Amino acid sequence: MATKTKSKRIGSMELTQQAYQQKAAKYQPKRNVLLNCWRAFWVGGTICLLGQIIQNMYIYFFDFTEKTASNPTVATLIFLSVLLTGLGVYDNIGQYAGAGSAVPVTGFANSMASAAIEHRSEGYVLGVGANMFKLAGSVIVFGVVAAFIASLIKSVFQMIF
Amino acid sequence: MEYLIAFVVGGLICVIGQLLLDVAKMTPAHVMSTLVVSGVVLDFIGVYDKLIDFAGAGATVPITSFGHSLYHGAIAEAQKNGLIGVATGIFEVTSAGISAAITFSFLASLIFKPKG
Amino acid sequence: MESQNPSARVSRQTWYFDQDVRLLSSAVVVGPKEGKGPLANYFDKIHSDLYAGQQTWEDAEKQLMADAIQILLKKAGIADKDVDVILAGDLLNQNITTNFTAEQLEIPLMGMYGACSTSMLTLATAASLVNAGYATRAIAACSSHNATAERQYRYPTEYGGQKPPTAQWTVTGAGAGLVGIGGSGPRITYATIGKVVDMGVKDPFDMGSAMAPAAASTLQTHFADTGRSPDSYDLIVTGDLASVGYPILKELMLAQGYDMDKVYNDCGLMVYPPDEADVLAGASGCASSAVVTYGYIVDQLNKGLLKKVLVCATGALLSPVSYQQGHSIPCIAHAVALEGGI
Repeated sequence: MATKTKSKRIGSMELTQQAYQQKAAKYQPKRNVLLNCWRAFWVGGTICLLGQIIQNMYIYFFDFTEKTASNPTVATLIFLSVLLTGLGVYDNIGQYAGAGSAVPVTGFANSMASAAIEHRSEGYVLGVGANMFKLAGSVIVFGVVAAFIASLIKSVFQMIF
Repeated sequence: MEYLIAFVVGGLICVIGQLLLDVAKMTPAHVMSTLVVSGVVLDFIGVYDKLIDFAGAGATVPITSFGHSLYHGAIAEAQKNGLIGVATGIFEVTSAGISAAITFSFLASLIFKPKG
Repeated sequence: MESQNPSARVSRQTWYFDQDVRLLSSAVVVGPKEGKGPLANYFDKIHSDLYAGQQTWEDAEKQLMADAIQILLKKAGIADKDVDVILAGDLLNQNITTNFTAEQLEIPLMGMYGACSTSMLTLATAASLVNAGYATRAIAACSSHNATAERQYRYPTEYGGQKPPTAQWTVTGAGAGLVGIGGSGPRITYATIGKVVDMGVKDPFDMGSAMAPAAASTLQTHFADTGRSPDSYDLIVTGDLASVGYPILKELMLAQGYDMDKVYNDCGLMVYPPDEADVLAGASGCASSAVVTYGYIVDQLNKGLLKKVLVCATGALLSPVSYQQGHSIPCIAHAVALEGGI
């Protein structure tokens, strides 16, 4: 495989990959990091604010405690996210908000719902069932592996000391 | 006041995610995997529980809390039942979230068609 | 200097069609977004729904290609049995759009894959078969669909992942051209077949940067082989370099002494209005070059408003697997010269 410093021919010119990529970089539009961060901030903050409101509703109206209220709260947010995904609205929110809609648990639900909805055309078993975790799978895998290792370390540590 | 803190803390965690997307140029899947592992690590060193006490939904709604819940479930079960609890307890706390996501996504696939 | 009597094999990469090979007719069918764009009046049929009346995205794309070929046959006043061969391709795995459409038409099929360069790959090959006498009439066709491309190469269509400003929007459309000897229509004079060029660009959300070197390679080879220069043409278009690749190509060409400024445009910048939502850097897909060439450019050539056009379709030859395995994106470009009224 050619390395980055080896020259390649483009028509009648010789250029290294590195030199070409430097040329190309001049024309690649810079991402507006500040604007994207602001949008991520206020949309993500709003989703968390909504979560707080929903959690308090479950505590005051449905007799949940602080500890037990987070389960129905997360389930409610997931429901709303799946609904917005199905209605075709979540992808527009996502393009605007970036991490603001991807980082909250709503983003996780969107990644599963969008994959499930998209692959229905391949049937429920091989389409919906097999593809549902296409995007969310890595989050679950890495979360579980990390939690397993960390809790193993902590438990062994506590057993010894 | 708790609403303002939830908004700000949740927003800031999302900003970290956005910086990983725009500056580190990671894909969304890589960013989410990194954040969930961060949640595990922060709980391991004992910080995440304090963050939840302080920020409420600002800390429980982002995906980092998923990592925290996985770790919490494993540790709680290990303290009750010994080392095997590390395996049996992992999905204990997050069960509601994952079950809801799977069930609602499946139902959505019955009802909705992708719109492009 | 341009030769007065070029031979059929001008060089290793460039062919001259010494018979009177003509683009007898063409047809373009598009989706709703394209039907609202600046070239809408040059398209033969606009579907108001991305599903084109079908149940799945893939069937919608087949419908677009089938429609384009049916309209083409009607415009040319011939039946499908009058066509000797169809050369066609699309972006989907195993070219399913092409295969299923050709089955309905019962025309012998040569399926071809050039990613977004398929329009000129098929047109050049069709012209060569006709010129050599192996086919009296050949159809060159290709298609792409935004949703089928998204779900195969990138993410489910309802996924909320944020795309960077260098990303492009795959055109939903199909274009087809009928090639034969004699008759009226733009003359197909030269074709330059491209080599695969890979300058190490790895980002599948920045195709423009990846493909520009391939376009430069093919265009420079074309000029060197034919003795022509950019000013020999009224218009030179690339398929889908869009707003990132367009200036890169101009600079690469200028560095070798080819000033493209007066005649150069990119199909990816022509399909949608500037600042159209979601389009980001510009249009892409097989249909990007196909709808502009078979719709707008053929129309202008027939009216005499353009006399000599060079269409250089550009393709990125990656797959999701090659990208995930850490490889960079190899690209290719094929160019065909269309001349009216010689």
